[in-house]
Amino acid sequence: MNTLPKHSPTPLISGVKLTCIREERLLFDELSLEINAGDIVQVEGPNGSGKTSLLRILSGLSQPYDGQVQYKNQVISRCREEFQQNLLYFGHLSGVKGEMTAEENLKFNLALHGNEADDTLAYLAKVNLLGFEDSLASHLSAGQHRRIALARLYQSNAPIWILDEPFTAIDKQGVASLEQLFLQHVKNGGCVILTTHQDLISIKPEQVKKIVLDYSCDGAFA
Amino acid sequence: MTTKAPSVDVTETLPSNPSKDARQLSYRSAFMLVLKRDLTIAMRHKDDIINPLLFFVIVITLFPLGIGPEAQTLSRIAPGIIWVAALLATLLSLDRLFKSDHLDGSLEQMLLSPHPIFLLVLAKIFAHWLITGLPLIIIAPLLAVLLHLDENSYGALVFTLLLGTPVLSLLGAVGVALTVGIKKGGVLLSLLVLPLYIPVLIFATSAIDTAALGLPYSGQLAIIAALFFGSLSLAPFAVGAALKVSTN
Repeated sequence: MNTLPKHSPTPLISGVKLTCIREERLLFDELSLEINAGDIVQVEGPNGSGKTSLLRILSGLSQPYDGQVQYKNQVISRCREEFQQNLLYFGHLSGVKGEMTAEENLKFNLALHGNEADDTLAYLAKVNLLGFEDSLASHLSAGQHRRIALARLYQSNAPIWILDEPFTAIDKQGVASLEQLFLQHVKNGGCVILTTHQDLISIKPEQVKKIVLDYSCDGAFA
Repeated sequence: MTTKAPSVDVTETLPSNPSKDARQLSYRSAFMLVLKRDLTIAMRHKDDIINPLLFFVIVITLFPLGIGPEAQTLSRIAPGIIWVAALLATLLSLDRLFKSDHLDGSLEQMLLSPHPIFLLVLAKIFAHWLITGLPLIIIAPLLAVLLHLDENSYGALVFTLLLGTPVLSLLGAVGVALTVGIKKGGVLLSLLVLPLYIPVLIFATSAIDTAALGLPYSGQLAIIAALFFGSLSLAPFAVGAALKVSTN
């Protein structure tokens, strides 16, 4: 297993010999990767191959069985505050509270991560939720929940985006505008790490780096 | 692992350390943010407030019916009944402290926020106390009338509740944080938390009894205060660590 080729001296986020074991099953073994500014990395693999586990380990939510995650060559546990200021993690669960309105949810999410929370209506408009800003989230659909959570992307100044299935329950138009946003983000010097089972439409295949997790080939990475 | 060569040209560098300029990371605003959110949610989901309170009222009103109306017996057992009911009412409400946040993913987001975890946790615990502890303190003197509590004891009752219920919320939060990842952690939670509640129960009821005899009860109160400050300073860190383990 070799590492990704180096482009810049300090990768934004890197994994060193990550090993993950879940339920006594080895998901990946000594996986090393380096993700630089400007990378769009798609983690691929069948269900249960450890995509979410990898993303959670990279974001610091889970601990790897072995190995470590580094932010700009520093172990993340040593620079937790700085790392988390520069990280945006979007998981399976959107973190939207049903008891709060769309706007309140977005405002809280932005403020929690230290972003300005002034122009929330504009961001809600970008995810096609204008007119729903005062509706309680529990009255909205699953896709709209995801959109509320994703609206944060438009205001985030964190360079590292780790997105677990961001396109789930999002319609075609929404996917297209998210892809544009990703391209814009990497152009500005960020990086995007995502998992999705859909084909990317406007992001060309050569712009995407792929990490394929497939334990059935004995931990080999294509 | 081989990868396809990226064609994206990195022309611009990273936004020069965004942490310094645009981000506002004040402890006070983070605390208020989470507190306000939890109170908003509780106000819109009134079960959280009403359930423990109703439980408290029901338990206390049932005792005179079950035991009989003799004032002497009732006033003898009143401190114990009120405190045990308060303790169980708190236990009943603990589950909601982190459970729903864990289920909808907002707990993950809090753990990943750049704010220190203990601060966010402290705000959540304070909100929990405002929602469950404070109403108990307000209503307890009224219910004490039903139990013929000695009139010298009312001050002690309010003071012990004022110092004791935050301890219940703080210690309970540690238990909830440890069990939040478990599907049916209810029984485990009671087993973990109830032994920790016993010192509060003993000293609180003892203070109320002492007050009934017209003796000073500042000793017991001081011990409850010590428990309060001890748990206030340690529990948020324990909760933060426990939440990290639970979401791992």
